[in-house]
Amino acid sequence: MEKLILRRVDRNNEEMILNFGPQHPSTHGVINFIVETDGEVLRKAVPDVGYLHRSIEKIGEVTGWHGFMPFTDRIDYVAAMFPNEGYATAVERLTGIEVPRRAQYLRAISCELARIASHLVSLGTMSMDIGAFTPMLHGIRERETINDLIEALCGARLTYNYHRIGGVAFDLPEGWKERTLAFLDHFDKFLVEFDRLISFNEIYVRRLANVAVITGKDAVDYGLVGPNLRGSGVDWDVRRDLPYGAYDDFEFAVPVGQGFKGTVGDCYDRYYCRCLEMGESSKIVRQALLQLPEGEIMAPKVARNLKVEAGEALSRVESARGEMAFYVVADGTNKAYRVRARTGSFTAMGIIESASPGLMIADLVALIASLDVVAPEIDR
Amino acid sequence: MPRTPKLPKLSPRAVVLLTLALGLGLPAGLFGAVLVLSPLAQPDFFVRAVLGHDPATWPHAHLVYGLVMALLAFMLINFGAIISGMTVWWEMRVSSRMQSRIGYNRAGAAGFFQWIADAVKLLFKEDLIPAEADGMLFRAAPYFVMTGFALTFVALPFGESLIAADLNVGIFYLTAVTALVVVGILLAGWSSNSKWALFGGMRSAAQVVSYEIPAGIALMVPVLMSGTLSMQGIIRAQGAWPWQWHAFTNPAAAVAFVLFFISQLAEGNRTPFDLPEAESELVAGYLSEYSGFRFALYFLVEFGNLWVMAAISATLFFGGWQVPGVGPEVYAAAKGAGAVPALGWWGLQLLSMVVMVAKTVVVLNVIVWVRWTLPRMRIDQMMNLCWKFLVPSAFVAFVFTLLWQLLVARAPALGLVTGVVLTGAFLVTLILFGRQVKANIAAAGDHVDLTNW
Repeated sequence: MEKLILRRVDRNNEEMILNFGPQHPSTHGVINFIVETDGEVLRKAVPDVGYLHRSIEKIGEVTGWHGFMPFTDRIDYVAAMFPNEGYATAVERLTGIEVPRRAQYLRAISCELARIASHLVSLGTMSMDIGAFTPMLHGIRERETINDLIEALCGARLTYNYHRIGGVAFDLPEGWKERTLAFLDHFDKFLVEFDRLISFNEIYVRRLANVAVITGKDAVDYGLVGPNLRGSGVDWDVRRDLPYGAYDDFEFAVPVGQGFKGTVGDCYDRYYCRCLEMGESSKIVRQALLQLPEGEIMAPKVARNLKVEAGEALSRVESARGEMAFYVVADGTNKAYRVRARTGSFTAMGIIESASPGLMIADLVALIASLDVVAPEIDR
Repeated sequence: MPRTPKLPKLSPRAVVLLTLALGLGLPAGLFGAVLVLSPLAQPDFFVRAVLGHDPATWPHAHLVYGLVMALLAFMLINFGAIISGMTVWWEMRVSSRMQSRIGYNRAGAAGFFQWIADAVKLLFKEDLIPAEADGMLFRAAPYFVMTGFALTFVALPFGESLIAADLNVGIFYLTAVTALVVVGILLAGWSSNSKWALFGGMRSAAQVVSYEIPAGIALMVPVLMSGTLSMQGIIRAQGAWPWQWHAFTNPAAAVAFVLFFISQLAEGNRTPFDLPEAESELVAGYLSEYSGFRFALYFLVEFGNLWVMAAISATLFFGGWQVPGVGPEVYAAAKGAGAVPALGWWGLQLLSMVVMVAKTVVVLNVIVWVRWTLPRMRIDQMMNLCWKFLVPSAFVAFVFTLLWQLLVARAPALGLVTGVVLTGAFLVTLILFGRQVKANIAAAGDHVDLTNW
């Protein structure tokens, strides 16, 4: 990066250094890209992260085990269920707490709803970055309904703080199951409409197909996860391959990029994988609601002032932005010795520098949007 | 203690009435002014008929010329500005319907006064000129844009006799003055001394200059068919019924309309060609550094241009102001022998104006729909579309029309037959479009509902 800035002084070529961000409409938060362009064509785009660093991992060492839960919401506030789930799962593995089956189902339901909401934001903002404003608001409209449902479930619309070590905070409110099933019926139709509105739009397809192709090998090498990895044709989903919680019980497909409109691993594959995933999530929520077992929602006897034996544990959950890992280390006190969150957006930022040369400025916007990076998740 | 000025609190009914009065009154007043002024303010006519002198010998004729010109210019610029504001309101209402949101609803009933509020707000903003900008060019750029826009109204027809100046090079003049807009945009892009503005300016220059070529060739098709460049002449060469319109009497003209429409979208920087100000790529393109009134001028021109685009399309391809059953002899008969035309003639003028405005508004509405439906193209795709598809297609349409005109001269019935066939095809397409829309809405579990405007 310093090299780029220094070159600005003594260059006598046709290139231009451009600060793409941190206050740019399509960087999806406070991210900066230092972009070297020759006219409209990029030579290179170097991501500059860290504008949104809030020391969340350090906070985890200061608060108690339970007290860290609300802070995990802020790791990814577009889909706050997943850091909740990841952290809770890690601490449960560390302490050996058994989560009741009903609580596991509720976790799956809330997480899959959050995944749909997150993908709606992602796809909507992506279409807005490509220049179509209407699909974004249609996505936001559906997300509102999900927000209403989750608000009825846990009282919050953005930072949910719903999961607990050993279970979840609240049981389903009355009539929630019917409301959710009605929403899912509507939502399955909406997905078809959304495809017709934007996914198969000729201009949209041409803007995304064959743009910024990331091969499967590159995706694995750079540590891409989730829809970004699957968009490159790598068939890996933690929910299916390393099942946790209640995911054993559900039948769902894992959409993998297959060059829907162009090459495997282009922006369109990443986009369309998310579209298909929303349908699968809808299936999971429906199954979970119909098979929901009765019982407790919290494990018995989880101490308020939890003291954990020295040790360490790792949890891996499939977040909306891909595999999210929580690594917790305990030293026998009532506070964590170390909490570490591994998030998908951070690694996704890493590949932009190598994927960007030769793209145009408009393609860089599409690439950033298709990787679905969320600023707080990059920096934590 | 600072006192906030108190606005009179109106009852909801009064708000609705006020909105209706202004919402209908403003356009009615504007069109009334066009109706009365444009025939009466033809200087020679005015001097002879109203003042009773011979313009060739009367010494004060030039004074009247100047005065009348100023009056017409004032009226037409106001027309452009107010129509542009009302287009903003219409566009926002339509887009909010398309996007399941409420949209403008604060100032006046249905938010009709929002465009006035926005304009007033922009007037009071600081007119900021960046320290590193080229001040003179930065200040001058909006006026180029404004000039290019305002000059178009000189040759824009509103009705049978309602045109400021029926130039014999009308359409040529229009393409020439609208090209002035790009000078302003390029100046804005360069003088802002911002990289985003520069990108926007360069994109706009490339885009507008490129798309003027297919637009220019496409509009030669109706010119060939009517044998004149004059806007009124082109309309007079068409009939009132759809099968007599240029767009339907010649298959190549229908194609030419599509090419012309696309090119006009690109020239007006409208989606899917809004690359120069693509907010998700270039922040705001050439507008990035502008604020206050200068910014308002750009927006005025951008939205006012929609009217210009739509009116030119209606003139060239859709029969302009032609009223069914009212031929030139009817106008002549209604005019009477007096110096000032008889009342019936004014009624006919009003009728022709209503037809023209209705056609313009329909085309304008399509432009609005397109904007809120399509994503944006990339710059290389935009250039490819222009040079690889639009320019060759426009040439083919042009050459086809040359041959077609020879054919029609031999067999005049051909034009009528094509007209009927193409009109039928157009109607069938419209019906199919409507049914598809209805089916799509039903498939999403919704229904057509026009009640909650």
